[in-house]
Amino acid sequence: MTDLSVSVSSASGPVPQPALPEAAPKVTARGLNFYYGEHHALKNINLTLGTNRVTAFIGPSGCGKSTLLRIFNRMYDLYPGQRATGQLMLDQTNILDPKLDLNLLRARVGMVFQKPTPFPMTIYENIAFGIRLYEKISKSEMDGRVEKALRGGALWNEVKDKLNASGLSLSGGQQQRLCIARTVAVRPEVILFDEPCSALDPISTAKIEELIQELAEDYTIAIVTHNMQQAARVSDKTAFMYLGELIEFDDTNKIFTSPRDRRTQDYITGRFG
Amino acid sequence: MNPIYASRRRNDIIIRTLCVGAALFGVTWLALILFTLFYNGLSGINLAVFTQDTPPPGSTEGGLRNAIIGSIIMTVIGVGIGAPLGLFAGTYLAEYGKHDRLTSVIRFINDILLSAPSIIIGLFIYGAIVVPMGGFSAFAGCLALAVIVIPVVVRTTEDMLGLVPNPLREAASALGLPRSLVIRRIAYRAARSGLITGVLLATARVAGETAPLLFTALSNQFFSLNLTKTMANLPVTINNFVQSPYVHWKQLAWSGALLITLTVLALNIGARLLGAERTSK
Amino acid sequence: MAVESDVMEAAGPYDRARALSAFKLGDITFYWITRACAISVLLILGGIIISLVVGAWPAIREYGLAFLWTQRWAPSADPPVLGALGPIYGTLITSVIAMMIAIPVGLGIAVFLTEICPLWLRRPIGLAIELLAGIPSIIYGMWGFFVLGPFLANTFQPFMISVFDGVPVLGTIFAGPPSYLSLFNASLILAIMVLPFITSISVDVFKTVPPVLKEAAYGVGCTTWEVVRNVVIPYTRVGVIGGVMLALGRALGETMAVTFIIGNSFKIQSSIFAPGTTISAAIASEFAESDGLHQSGLILLGLLLFVLTFFVLAAARLMLLRLEKKAGN
Repeated sequence: MTDLSVSVSSASGPVPQPALPEAAPKVTARGLNFYYGEHHALKNINLTLGTNRVTAFIGPSGCGKSTLLRIFNRMYDLYPGQRATGQLMLDQTNILDPKLDLNLLRARVGMVFQKPTPFPMTIYENIAFGIRLYEKISKSEMDGRVEKALRGGALWNEVKDKLNASGLSLSGGQQQRLCIARTVAVRPEVILFDEPCSALDPISTAKIEELIQELAEDYTIAIVTHNMQQAARVSDKTAFMYLGELIEFDDTNKIFTSPRDRRTQDYITGRFG
Repeated sequence: MNPIYASRRRNDIIIRTLCVGAALFGVTWLALILFTLFYNGLSGINLAVFTQDTPPPGSTEGGLRNAIIGSIIMTVIGVGIGAPLGLFAGTYLAEYGKHDRLTSVIRFINDILLSAPSIIIGLFIYGAIVVPMGGFSAFAGCLALAVIVIPVVVRTTEDMLGLVPNPLREAASALGLPRSLVIRRIAYRAARSGLITGVLLATARVAGETAPLLFTALSNQFFSLNLTKTMANLPVTINNFVQSPYVHWKQLAWSGALLITLTVLALNIGARLLGAERTSK
Repeated sequence: MAVESDVMEAAGPYDRARALSAFKLGDITFYWITRACAISVLLILGGIIISLVVGAWPAIREYGLAFLWTQRWAPSADPPVLGALGPIYGTLITSVIAMMIAIPVGLGIAVFLTEICPLWLRRPIGLAIELLAGIPSIIYGMWGFFVLGPFLANTFQPFMISVFDGVPVLGTIFAGPPSYLSLFNASLILAIMVLPFITSISVDVFKTVPPVLKEAAYGVGCTTWEVVRNVVIPYTRVGVIGGVMLALGRALGETMAVTFIIGNSFKIQSSIFAPGTTISAAIASEFAESDGLHQSGLILLGLLLFVLTFFVLAAARLMLLRLEKKAGN
């Protein structure tokens, strides 16, 4: 735990030549705990998501990766009996502040889910819907925004001739990219990916991974994955979680080449999980 | 053959035969009912049924125009009042109050109202509306029908919204949608055909309701669109004509019964087709 | 690109806050509208109880508990004499006879549909049964009045009377002149009416049996009947009873199917081929022309019916809930 805070909390610490320059912190967790009723699901999490960095969360199922992700946009608030304690900051905003406007928070922290979740409307509407929530803009301006978002989701060339088709008519991989485009369209600062490729075939997966790396130019990204190769391919930083604890958090290439903790090593070499 | 096995086999054959017999018995009765209904009803269906009002006693002229129109008006208004109320109530149970104690109480009471005798609803509206307003009225009839519609729509709405996958709600929330918009723009749209199914089933349920109209809307022999007065309607007209001594009235009763049954069957089949479309998607 | 989005983000939060605050009022309003509508379901129940008790109050004060066991019903006497025993007896006896016919037949059809019927025939028959459950009850009443009543009076009753003539007890039950209008005819119509109801609930309930259980039983060589008796029925017993009680609730309160054919006689007669009445039939046929104490007495009958069905339906729902929980686990 102690070595962790050294590597994470500040760039001024005595870290010998990090592979990446430390980015300005975007999301910072300090002593974060989470409870499902009586069950203590996350224990004393400390970490920082760097601006415009991709941070991957790996670990065996049930270790709390998704739970942690769902704290970043307070998704857990939809259900009773779930609560978080500790400190979690998005820039200067306290995410755990009970008075915080959740809708505003979620507009800043977008999320893409495990299964594609296109809304039951046309492709165009899927994108325009979120934009219209916050902005009153003309039809032509909206067309531009929809196109830009679909390009951002690497989907424009495939759907530009059928914008009025139902979002449900697309293939699984296209649906997922539609969901990414939809998220990008409302211009969030952080995008959370919760196992975005687990329901997709390898080709779609490759497209999404490529897209995630492009998105990192503009957004801070957190991705939960059960696929270690995926984490290695897309992320700058990797966090290994086990039984509700953050075991190790470091540059991705360090985690995969010279992990400090025995359990991390066991996991990435496939001895459990 | 092994005697134990032989007796097991014999029992099985007896029971199977009884079950097939039961199915034949049940289907026969029901087929008989439909057959007589069509046989007697169809022969009386002609243009006059739709263009002329209910005849005075003993007349061989006349049709059911006023009763048909009255039934349509009262059903539409009854569903128009009851369906939105039921829809919102079902929304609360499925979306906001999912983990409330209040919800389980309301759900339980709603299930009881769903099967409560409709004549009791008639007595309720009589005491609550007809007596204070000083007389029978079509409007009271509409309210009685609305009270019957509500529990049906509450039930189907809650069930149908329950089928909307949670990740869809989460995805909408993740865009920053306020809760009410998640429900109205996303959940309603995802459950749309199911919600319409519920309203159709409720309409089918009240289209033929007779008992609650007997002492709320009553009926009359004239064409009237005034909601504050009694209004002719098919079920009560049938009720009155069946027990009359006049052949033509009885014939009209059969025709009216056929019209109601066809309407109800059409609504039910429409509801089922919509439901099938939803599940195949 | 990065620069552009930075600029927009800087402007973003403020505009968003304003845009979102426009939804705030609607959000809260929608919540309270749905909540009010949900609570109105409770208010309807409260309204029913209050309006029935208020309407029945003069009769309650006048007759008290004796109302329950007085047989005489003389609304035009001065003062009117009203007793509910006749309608209560009629309601119970018609429902019991109807259930005695409908339960075995309904369950038989359900077993046929889930275990015996060839697959291609299941959907059409199941659909037909469900559609028939939706046909308005006045249609059944009409058919009973015009078709079943004459048939029973002219053919079935003389036959039964001649068969049981001289047999003690049974002879009395079937005695008397054949009639279009009788408790038995009403019971039969009720049975036909609740039949689709029992069948469709039982089919739903039977479907909650996990297929592995049935497959395991078939796997050790059980016959269809043994699977039904030893696996399906024990697994679904609570649900079947719940469904049957739901149907009983229907039968107790059914009005239009019986009103035409029961004869509306408040006198209790030993023969089931004699005319009688039920609570709902009494209300349906007398209410519109009643006033004063007579009307209050009819409302009191309604209150009794409501209490009776309330308990039957509540028990039914509790049992079905128990099955649901079991199926959910």
